[in-house]
Amino acid sequence: MNTAGRTLLAALVFSGAATRADIIAPKPLKSGIEFQGADVQALQRDEFANPGMLWVTRGERLWKAPAAQGPACASCHGDAAKSMRGVAASYPKHDAALGRVVDLEGRIRACAAAQQKREAPAWESEELLSLSAFVARQSAGLPIAVAVDGPASAAFERGRSLFFERQGQFNLACTQCHDRNWGGTLLGERISQGHPADWPAYRLEWQSLGSLQRRLRACYFGVRAEQPAFGSGDLVALELYLAARARGLAGAPPGVRK
Amino acid sequence: MMIGRIQAPPTVRKGEPFEIKVLVQHPMETGFRRGMNGQSIPMNVVNKLTCTLAGREVFSADLGSGVAANPYLAFFAVATQAGEIVVEWSDDRGETGRLTAAFTLA
Repeated sequence: MNTAGRTLLAALVFSGAATRADIIAPKPLKSGIEFQGADVQALQRDEFANPGMLWVTRGERLWKAPAAQGPACASCHGDAAKSMRGVAASYPKHDAALGRVVDLEGRIRACAAAQQKREAPAWESEELLSLSAFVARQSAGLPIAVAVDGPASAAFERGRSLFFERQGQFNLACTQCHDRNWGGTLLGERISQGHPADWPAYRLEWQSLGSLQRRLRACYFGVRAEQPAFGSGDLVALELYLAARARGLAGAPPGVRK
Repeated sequence: MMIGRIQAPPTVRKGEPFEIKVLVQHPMETGFRRGMNGQSIPMNVVNKLTCTLAGREVFSADLGSGVAANPYLAFFAVATQAGEIVVEWSDDRGETGRLTAAFTLA
């Protein structure tokens, strides 16, 4: 190997940049909806009957409604069908102004506080879920494409270590179910590969739309571990690792899950 | 105003049945549940939903605590004249919702 080749190899080894090879992704990638029953699959496909579309409808109204002190979302971003196409597929993303990685909900909250000069909508509030469902809907059918290098690499590494870390009284790591045992059965349900593509999703158990953070907290509850707070670095880092692991998988938000 | 969605064909044949679908966003709180503080959550369900076709009532439903959240209703109607489909509903708190869809006769 020549000198230039050695330098390149060294740069690759020591740069710490996460590459596709670093991520152990399940093969083949299967969306979470494939692990649901035929009735749930039909409900998600039906654009009218999908109850998550109620939140999309509300989100569309909120998008156009001006804030008390500031502009409407549409005042800056215009037609969401154009301006928001593919945006949700690139989240979680590092935000230079905030100096940290945020997910879509976190980005909307930051935008409300900074641009609309109002109190950021609470995590898991109807308003925030409606807006994130509406924005996520604009990326339906597009493959997940998140960046895990550069400023996002620290969060990505944190997410990866969390994914492989045993937690809670059951002493289970995410990887044990979602890498090694997907397709198996747990409490009468089939174990999915744990992809974030269809989120936010309407969960029949919740009788409501919920964010991916809520779903992850439910998993923490399932293994009897302490649940991280909404918006905490741990949850966002996990979301980023999951998104990187599902790169190339197309989502159909809002999804429907049992 | 509550959020809902309606789906009906834009053009219908006179005297032939067609389907109207309605989806209403509502928690349909049964009144049997208790909150995190142990206090019971008061019942709040969509108790009445009606549908009129060009001013004539073609469908109405009395819903109760047995209906799941975000109720989905589908029913058939027959039109004799063109006009507007109007769906209205109200819940136990007195909040109301209204959806409209126009159709023409073929």
